[in-house]
Amino acid sequence: MNKTLLKLFFAMILALGVLAACSGGGSSKTDSSNGESTSDEASSGDSGGEGGEFHIGANLELSGAVATYGSSIAEGIDLAVEEINAAGGINGMQIKVTKFDNKSDAAEATNGIIKLVNQDKVNAIIGAATSGNTNAQVEIANDTQTILLTPSGTAPNVTVNDDGSLNEYVFRTSYIDPFQGTIAANFALEELGVKTAAIYADNASDYAKGLAAAFKETFEAGGGEIVAEEAYVAKDTDFRSTLTRIKSANPEFVFIPGYYEEVGLIVKQARDIGIDVPLMGADGWDSPTLVELAGPEALNNTFITNHYSSDDPDETIQNFVTKFGEKYDGKKPNAFHALGYDSVYLLKDAIERAGSTDPEAIKEALEATENISLVSGNVTIDENHNPVKSATILEYVDGEQVFKTKIEP
Amino acid sequence: MEWLQQIINGISLGSIYALIALGYTMVYGIIKLINFAHGEVFMIGAFTGFVAIVHFELSFVPALIIAMFTCSVVGVLIERIAYKRLRESTRIAALITAIGMSLFIQYLFIYFRGAEPEAYPQDVLPERTLDIFGVKVSMQALLILFISIVLMILLQFIVQKTKIGRAMRAVSYDKDAARLMGINVDNTISATFAIGSALAGAAGVIFGIYYTKIDPLMGLIPGLKAFVAAVLGGIGIIPGAMVGGFILGIVETLVSAAGFSLFRDAAAFIILILILLFRPAGIFGKNTKEKV
Repeated sequence: MNKTLLKLFFAMILALGVLAACSGGGSSKTDSSNGESTSDEASSGDSGGEGGEFHIGANLELSGAVATYGSSIAEGIDLAVEEINAAGGINGMQIKVTKFDNKSDAAEATNGIIKLVNQDKVNAIIGAATSGNTNAQVEIANDTQTILLTPSGTAPNVTVNDDGSLNEYVFRTSYIDPFQGTIAANFALEELGVKTAAIYADNASDYAKGLAAAFKETFEAGGGEIVAEEAYVAKDTDFRSTLTRIKSANPEFVFIPGYYEEVGLIVKQARDIGIDVPLMGADGWDSPTLVELAGPEALNNTFITNHYSSDDPDETIQNFVTKFGEKYDGKKPNAFHALGYDSVYLLKDAIERAGSTDPEAIKEALEATENISLVSGNVTIDENHNPVKSATILEYVDGEQVFKTKIEP
Repeated sequence: MEWLQQIINGISLGSIYALIALGYTMVYGIIKLINFAHGEVFMIGAFTGFVAIVHFELSFVPALIIAMFTCSVVGVLIERIAYKRLRESTRIAALITAIGMSLFIQYLFIYFRGAEPEAYPQDVLPERTLDIFGVKVSMQALLILFISIVLMILLQFIVQKTKIGRAMRAVSYDKDAARLMGINVDNTISATFAIGSALAGAAGVIFGIYYTKIDPLMGLIPGLKAFVAAVLGGIGIIPGAMVGGFILGIVETLVSAAGFSLFRDAAAFIILILILLFRPAGIFGKNTKEKV
């Protein structure tokens, strides 16, 4: 169903892409070193040796609804590329980045990969920030054998299709959604020492359902008991009655996977009716709006899992924070900055081990990635092209996120 | 104690439905029009209150009054611009216009300020929780209930005891006869819209304070629920709207309390269908035969 739609889309976009290429005046005309010799689509031949260039295409959300994600990633990429080039590049090759703004739109993202692959002849693509916009590129990445590395697309179906088949050329730097449920369960059992928990999940989002299922599985496997399982519908505003129900089940811990718009209200109303136990969620909570909705006081004793924290005392992280601050006037890097930065280093490591720019060789090297130390944790790539790495737990203290601990998988 | 807590949850939800339902019922009572844009007036009230509290740093009562005033102006404008010229056309034309008006206001708002939500500040009303026999009752909920009841009594007073109220009842009974008796029908209808919209504006501010989150599409579901409440109590009857609102709030809460929280909205609309099937005049309505 999805596939046929995608194919249709692809065909349409191809036609559009040709038109756009004619009139477009693309954001950056590349003066490719090999001129316009052959019509090979993947430029694997030219830059194998010393002194060449490794060309990365960044297909990101630089404007539109989730522009903050994409631009943060772009800043992270720029910092990493600057560092690597200053230190002599990858195997002597300088990295060159061509950015494409997909305007937070799936159709534009497809356009972007077509342009980057056919016109700019990039060796690999980093992007997009969201799972949806990455999925819009997967088909083309597989067909043209281009490495596609998403820094922050967390939906499981980015790398593994719904029918269980693997997208061979697609990788990611972030962990997948359900993994956060596992981490939350481990944190509740080991760090907080609770034995009973309730789950209150957004009924309509795959994200929340995946997290809830993973939490339940891990929590029960670890000897805990789920005493209440409730669901809400997105856009609801009154959660008091269900929360009263949860309260009477007397859980020691409530897991609330969902997005900040509803979670803010749930946390406030839960505290109102007297649920004082720790509440926990995942990166869907991570927004300043959450603090406005719930109020700093209600948020005390709540925790979230996230990719990284700039307060983490870890040396790699503090180095990154310092270097980032130097380049961007003291700005503090967020998780997207870190993931963009890490994506470049993940690629670099694979290219160095592959010893060539052949996409097949890079793909195999990426698959073999083991325990490389990055800002967002020590990364090992599993058989589904998903990184296995630590997750960071943050606690809300008077409305501020404070680094709590790091949980290994 | 859990059940008592749930009933209290239901009453505070119901008092907001009741306030919105009053506006529906008044307008329907007079010109037999279901004003679907009423939910949007409620939304405008919530945003006006928000601007008054956050940007002009007013306290609760002045913000409530400003929101009520703004909404009555908006209500009258909607009536004058969209509904007045349709007064003699078919009811379906007016109904479709009302739906159009509702969508127009929603998306006009989104066009100018975007769809992102806004959060009411937490310190508008004192936030204390009373503990009565193990039941947590927030001061806010009590205050909201109190304000709702005061506004409803005020409304009942206006409709029953004042001159404009008498004019409203006369127009609702027979528009042409009222005009012959020297009542200014246009002004009376505008006054109805003004009062109904002011109540929606008050409900908007109260909703914002109680539930914190407001956004341009917030009027949709409460608007529909209030419509159900109005029909449940007997559309066109003011005490019916109040009772309908409270019943709906309690029923919804009890449905969630029984563990069927995902069916809560369904329950509200099942009530609508059942009422329309078995007692179309509502709880307080008399089953009058339509004169042919």
